[in-house]
Amino acid sequence: MAVARRAAPAAVRPPDGFRSLTRVISLVAPLVLVGVVLIVATNAMPSIRQFGPGFLIERQWNPVKQEFGALPFIYGTVVTSVLALAMALPVGVGVAIFLAEPGAARVRGAIGIGVELLAAIPSVIYGIWGLYVLAPWLLLHVSRPLSERLGSFPVLAGPARQTNLLIASIVVAVMVLPTLSSISRDVIRAVPNGLREAGVALGATWWETTWKVVLPAARAGIFGATVLALGRALGETIAVTMTIGNRPDIPPSILSAAYSLASVIANEFSEATGTLYPSALMELGLVLMLVTLTMNILALLLVRRVSREVPV
Amino acid sequence: MSRNRRRVAGDVLARTVVYLMALVALVPLSLVLVQTVANGLPAVVHPEFFVNVDRPVGIPGAGIAHALAGTIIMVGIASAMAIPAGVVAGIHLAEYGAGRVGNTVRLACDVLVGVPSIVIGLFVYALLVAPFHRFSALSASCALAALMLPVVVRTTESAVALVPGALREAGLALGLPRWRVALQLVLPAAIPGVVTGALLAVARAAGETAPLLFTGFGNRFLNLNPTRAMQALPLTVFHNALTPFPDLVQTAWGAALVLIALTLVINVASRVVLRRQIRLAGRI
Repeated sequence: MAVARRAAPAAVRPPDGFRSLTRVISLVAPLVLVGVVLIVATNAMPSIRQFGPGFLIERQWNPVKQEFGALPFIYGTVVTSVLALAMALPVGVGVAIFLAEPGAARVRGAIGIGVELLAAIPSVIYGIWGLYVLAPWLLLHVSRPLSERLGSFPVLAGPARQTNLLIASIVVAVMVLPTLSSISRDVIRAVPNGLREAGVALGATWWETTWKVVLPAARAGIFGATVLALGRALGETIAVTMTIGNRPDIPPSILSAAYSLASVIANEFSEATGTLYPSALMELGLVLMLVTLTMNILALLLVRRVSREVPV
Repeated sequence: MSRNRRRVAGDVLARTVVYLMALVALVPLSLVLVQTVANGLPAVVHPEFFVNVDRPVGIPGAGIAHALAGTIIMVGIASAMAIPAGVVAGIHLAEYGAGRVGNTVRLACDVLVGVPSIVIGLFVYALLVAPFHRFSALSASCALAALMLPVVVRTTESAVALVPGALREAGLALGLPRWRVALQLVLPAAIPGVVTGALLAVARAAGETAPLLFTGFGNRFLNLNPTRAMQALPLTVFHNALTPFPDLVQTAWGAALVLIALTLVINVASRVVLRRQIRLAGRI
């Protein structure tokens, strides 16, 4: 497609006002992106100057004493995102395998739309659902029994809290599922049929073909989808704020309350006074943004490489 | 023989697991939908829920009129900014975007989609709220527009790219300038896809909470002045759900039901429009 539209040499091209005008407008999106990075970084400067790189490994967050450290938030963000991915990945890839199979178009279409509608539900709805429906149920039927029976493991040590790392992770897992499954489905579909036929022709069962031929061929793309979903999970704000418990601690147990980068900004920014406090929150935002930017660019390059390699 | 039986059994098992995964994925959707409807209905059945504004705790008759109006106004202004610009940028990418600049714009859009919305909120706060010392619906609209823009650009681009080249060539052969070809031939042929993208962006913006927290900020009263703080449906859900008062939580569930209905209706509408695009593209 791109080949057909190779640009003519500049000398021959007549002046095209429409082209120049629309090009200027198309540059708004990159400008916004650069603006976000610059403005957030500028506003984080007082905090960066005051605390230096130690900000990232400081455990104390006490605005009253002007102590600001990012570690509890980085910890909560990473734990919820990684747990969420661990839960969502098998389901997401399973759904993708199911959706990429031919036949029964109606059933597959319905399930595909169902999964994609998960992405259409606003974050705050997952938040209120997680807080009032999922959290009490989990506390009664999962968290408490777990901590009572397996509490000797630090990861499951009690007392179990109603809002905790585990609930936030489950909610985020549901939210990133559509990202995972729709990209993985496209990548799996893009695997050439010749490979599948070759597998079946050798006498492999459907699962053997899928597991040993199709999935390895789609590996890079599925990895890309995972990284993209991780980026989404890291930046998820409202649903996590409502379910993680909002305590700037570094608990070993996933049944304890914790805090995340995005939620501390959501909760504290509009009440932050002075110079250092809002600036420290801005720096948390900067950290969050730089991590998600890296994840996204990495994921895009991976997914793009796959769609170039595999003829669709 | 037994080895083959094991292989077949493994195949059946794996198939079952994959089918189960597909069903498991639908569980949260149905749970969220059913429980939001069940918890929200008691609030929504009172007609005054859509007419009144916040009431103090303990006084019955609280409503979400101010939030509904705020959401419509803020998303409306955001759409007026993001959709025209996004459509034009998308046309540019599809028609002229083969070069390096085009690829940069594409990458920027894809990355911008992934920037956490709370960070967009911080950005707009620093840019449009702090200098004026005032929370405003306009700043919230700008934040929402920044979230909508990349979605509109990318969906417009792919819709316009679906239009066959022959249509462009026919127009150019008749001596039409490129801008008329793009706006009067190609864009009409791609319009269902463009509308789909715009609707998806609107649905996304209507459901966003994080970028509004320190831009639109929220307001307990009905306010139609976009230079002042304004309430929005997601803000009602967020703030009321986190209070310990059953009345306010009930209002939050009611607002959640209205919000979910709104976003799902827009989403389903966009799918219907998209189906028309595919049929249209098949015909040209």
